[in-house]
Amino acid sequence: MSTAEPSDKIALTGGSRRDRMRRMGDQVFSGLALGSGVLILVALSGVALFLLIQGWPALTADPSQIPGGDGFVNYVAPLAFGTILSSAIAVLVGIPMAIAVSLFIVFYAPKRIAQTLGAFVDLLAAIPSIVYGLWGVAVLGPAMVGLQGWLEGHLGFLPFFKGPVTTTGRTMFTAGLVLGVMILPIVSAVTREVFSQTPRKLIEGALALGATRWEMIRMTVLPFGRSAIVGASMLGLGRALGETMAVALILSISGDVTFNLISAGNPSTIAANIALKFPESSGLAVDVLIASGLALFAITLVVNMAARSVIARAERGAR
Amino acid sequence: MALPRRRRVALALVATTLTLGTIAAGCGDDNSSSSSSGSGLSGSIAGAGASSQAAAQEAWIAGFQTNNPDATVSYDPIGSGGGREQFTSGGTVFGGTDAHLKDEELTKAQDICGGPDNLLELPVYVSPIAVAYNLDGVTDLKLSPDTLAKIMTRKITKWNDAAIAADNPDATLPDQAIVTVARSDESGTTENFQEYLAAVAPSVWTDEVTGDWPIKGGETAQGTSGVVAAIKAGSGTIGYADASQVAGLGVAQVKVGSEYVGPTAEAAAKILEASPETDDPGQYVFTFNLERDTTASGTYPIVLVSYEMACTQYDSADTAKLVQGYMNYLISPEGQQTAASAAGSAPISDALRAKLQPAVDAIGQ
Repeated sequence: MSTAEPSDKIALTGGSRRDRMRRMGDQVFSGLALGSGVLILVALSGVALFLLIQGWPALTADPSQIPGGDGFVNYVAPLAFGTILSSAIAVLVGIPMAIAVSLFIVFYAPKRIAQTLGAFVDLLAAIPSIVYGLWGVAVLGPAMVGLQGWLEGHLGFLPFFKGPVTTTGRTMFTAGLVLGVMILPIVSAVTREVFSQTPRKLIEGALALGATRWEMIRMTVLPFGRSAIVGASMLGLGRALGETMAVALILSISGDVTFNLISAGNPSTIAANIALKFPESSGLAVDVLIASGLALFAITLVVNMAARSVIARAERGAR
Repeated sequence: MALPRRRRVALALVATTLTLGTIAAGCGDDNSSSSSSGSGLSGSIAGAGASSQAAAQEAWIAGFQTNNPDATVSYDPIGSGGGREQFTSGGTVFGGTDAHLKDEELTKAQDICGGPDNLLELPVYVSPIAVAYNLDGVTDLKLSPDTLAKIMTRKITKWNDAAIAADNPDATLPDQAIVTVARSDESGTTENFQEYLAAVAPSVWTDEVTGDWPIKGGETAQGTSGVVAAIKAGSGTIGYADASQVAGLGVAQVKVGSEYVGPTAEAAAKILEASPETDDPGQYVFTFNLERDTTASGTYPIVLVSYEMACTQYDSADTAKLVQGYMNYLISPEGQQTAASAAGSAPISDALRAKLQPAVDAIGQ
């Protein structure tokens, strides 16, 4: 074990009793670290097992018994679609914004402003999601009505803005924007850290070759931080996929699968649907909700694994 | 909220065990009869269930504990489904539910109470559901059942539709789109509203009646407060919500027989007089098949009736005594008035109270 090496060196200078103490400390620490690692695996498989066991009756039940009467797959498919759609909007909006914020903080802003700004962005992560939800319903939604009307009028030929617009603004578009703001601090924190680690010599080399600041960023910072950007995006996506209260509050849910982002009829998301239906459910309906949780778990797992393979490929390509 | 239900039941069991422990400890120093001193009751009981009762339960608990300073009652408004589950598994000593017990849940409840005649279901909370709207220039909207059903199913889409104009000959109706607002969460309010539509306009409302809103494309929002906020925020909006929560919005009158009736407490309470009881599974079960299509004068048929579930027998005599005291307070004129002023519910009639009283008297006997 490589951790033993430093204490071996110390043994040459220190007393043997102190040395033994250090070795014990090492062992305790390594045990704790191993324990924590195992605990995570146990917790993860425990959750998966719980979802599987409790959701099993819904998976095997007669299709007519499932709410909606068309079986579990038909029940969960629109929800999965809504989950992915809202998260996709969040990623499209939140990640470019987060990267831009990070670049500004690391390369453009004066040092004092940069520190304060960084702290403020991190503070966004501390706002509870229910507060985001209330903000979305009370402030952002009504404020979006005008913009959504404009989108319907000018871009109505796109399926996304077909309308008719709502008069409350509680749409998939608004929900996606709020989710985008919610994932911004996570993505920004990770990318900021990595961007600031870009080797000095690369930056200086690029500048010395006559690159502008933007060209320098494009040639050195972004390639260097590529895998971190993907990783951070996946963290953000994970949060957007599982977000519950904000979506449940903001979204006006009364539609099936539709790409129309600005009308009142939106598909629900898996997490929001569980929160909205659980309190009044009993019997098989509860099992169905738990099974839909299993579906969300599977989606998150697939997304994470896909992201990992993307990162691995990107790193292999860079080498 | 995310706790698995087994866990919830376990927590409730722990809570109840603690409760029983407290009661046992309370009577330990006085073996003779009970822990009550004078007319006051003591000890603590826990219930859970319908969130529609939450505001009323809060007021009831406050009122009951003022009368009995040594008693503690708690009510967890987790929802009707959770309330029935906890009560039928013995996790709570009483429970609230918007829908009466059926099938397997009824059998389980009878088992836990020790027989069909030991189960109580009392209609203690009668709440009118208002049809609320937000439409500039229209203050006194009147709707016949068919028109309301067509609006809510989005078959009528404009406010100046001929059908609405026929119900409101004196109003100037704008050429504006109708935005319907429904609940996005599963709720007893939705189920009762659908029940009304299905009963009075069966040719328009063809969906199965459930706690979920099945109509696609309309606006939905979470909870009563969400619906009220959405109706307020939009324009040309119409939806349904507890009548006590719609202050500041227009409230439609619906056609019953040949007259239009608004959601007053008085008109709502009359529905129980106009409705037959269900085929009772036990002598102390008082559940009703609400006659939504009644034509009785001055009756408002869109109501939510929430029931209290309890047993006549409990393991501990003190628990029984406390449950009895609490139920007694709930059906008393004082208790019903407390709920009316706190939650806007409709007090039950004296005739109904006279029917419920023997059931409450039977607790602990």
